[in-house]
Amino acid sequence: MVNLFRSANDDPHPPQSTAPGPKAPIQVAVRDLTIRYGNWPVLSDVTLDIRRHEIFGIIGPANSGKTSFLNALNRMDLLRPNMTVHGEIRFNGVDIRTWRNVYALRRMIGVVFPLPVGLPMTIYDNVALAPRLSGKNLDKTALDALVERCLRRAALWDEVKDRLHALGSLLSGGQQQRLTIARALSQEPQLLMLDEFSIAVDPVTTMRIEDVLKSLQEEMTIILVTNLVQQAQRLAHRTAFFLDGRCIEVGETEALFSGQVKNRRTREYIEGKFG
Amino acid sequence: MFSAQPVNQHNRQVEWLFRLLFGIMLTLLIIPVLLIIATLFHRGGSTLSLEFLFTFPSDGMTAGGVFPALLGTIWLVVVSLLASVPLGVAAAIYLSEYARQEHWLTRIINLATINLAGVPSIVHALFGLGAFVLFFRIGTSILAASLTLAVMTLPVVIVASWESLQAVPRSFREACWNMGATRWQTIRQVVLPNALTGILTGIILQVSRAAGETAPIMFTGAVFFLPFLPGSPFDQTMALALHLYTISTQVPDVPESLPFAVALLLVCIVLLMNATAIWFRMYLRGKKKW
Repeated sequence: MVNLFRSANDDPHPPQSTAPGPKAPIQVAVRDLTIRYGNWPVLSDVTLDIRRHEIFGIIGPANSGKTSFLNALNRMDLLRPNMTVHGEIRFNGVDIRTWRNVYALRRMIGVVFPLPVGLPMTIYDNVALAPRLSGKNLDKTALDALVERCLRRAALWDEVKDRLHALGSLLSGGQQQRLTIARALSQEPQLLMLDEFSIAVDPVTTMRIEDVLKSLQEEMTIILVTNLVQQAQRLAHRTAFFLDGRCIEVGETEALFSGQVKNRRTREYIEGKFG
Repeated sequence: MFSAQPVNQHNRQVEWLFRLLFGIMLTLLIIPVLLIIATLFHRGGSTLSLEFLFTFPSDGMTAGGVFPALLGTIWLVVVSLLASVPLGVAAAIYLSEYARQEHWLTRIINLATINLAGVPSIVHALFGLGAFVLFFRIGTSILAASLTLAVMTLPVVIVASWESLQAVPRSFREACWNMGATRWQTIRQVVLPNALTGILTGIILQVSRAAGETAPIMFTGAVFFLPFLPGSPFDQTMALALHLYTISTQVPDVPESLPFAVALLLVCIVLLMNATAIWFRMYLRGKKKW
């Protein structure tokens, strides 16, 4: 009997992630972040720190500003004519607005979307795209190795190794989502941002991806935006609760879920009373 | 349990009625086309031959073939493509990928482009005469006529290309941008390869239109008769569409089968182009990538 819940690297014991302590270096520091679309504020006065090699969960109902928060971190506001960002975001201690090369910034940040996006090219090309775009002239062997490594880490290699030159956009939803993760990993990012990745993925695949994330945490910081409270509980070391464009509370996940909340609304959301 | 209810029977009758109605409409549309082609074949088919295609007109254009006109039409179409395709596709890429979609200027340009496609070809002809022949002093030549054709077909190329660019899902672009691709890298790697099919179909349809137009080339580069073949874009040329007009109305004592043969040739060229476009589209649709 095959254990469907087996983890990405065929480790019989699911990986346990370790939380970086409060003294861990800061990967992303956000101060007084306010995001508007036109005159419409979607996020106001968010201040928080994300530690290096931490899985940072963001929970909250729809329209609470979670996705806009992610968009601000990799400067996608430049591609949204209406979107304005105020406040300060420091990535590795550097204000991202002083980065002259936003493309280099975006390459350091991998993004996984709610709906899987398999680009209409082969599976191989999907994963090889980022290194090719970045202008690293990897030779065939190095590229092959990179593609295999990323697909393995995204727990997709065994399913596609015999058809790497089939179209990536024709894979099933769950496979495409893992392809998206493999593609993000091929950027060799320092930060991986997942935006409600499990929305179009079956439960089994979701569990596999969750195991993947736990093992990835050793190498990169992960921001996990999710509308599944339990997913944040399973994965995140610390969790932020966003509501109506405000960051209501940030705390250790364990503490939040054992009732040590400062705000009544957080408790109600976690307990499923609204949202 | 599954016996037909009165309402089902009524629905079936309505269904049948509409089927019949739309079938009749389709037939009404097809009949004229078939009649035209049949007439052309009947009255001009016997004149059409390889010799007809590759010989010069003779006896004051009352006999012989259409070689210079055929070649001239090819010249005009190719040169006009060379002008309109790069310009049109580039404009479409700018409008679709770089311009701010909701900006009023973008909207006006889009609207103007669509309207330009509806301007009568004789107006384009006068524009071409004024702009290319007189103002830029190119003179009546293949180049001037082709540029006029290019201006006429440019809106069609732009609209067709714009539509196929827009048909590429936005999520593909988003994915690329998030990976740190520049706009141009995204266009080059993801958008263009997937929009190419629609762009090419648009271009082929535009070719068939350019081949059949008479008015835009009449004042700008096409002539009644030339005893030699054009050697460069700066020469004047004969063209099939104008040749047909000439021998039908201007030249006395033309045997009746001759204009029909020329018309048949012209229709065949256009049908062939359209068929290629349709076949191409079907072929690519079979390989749809998402």
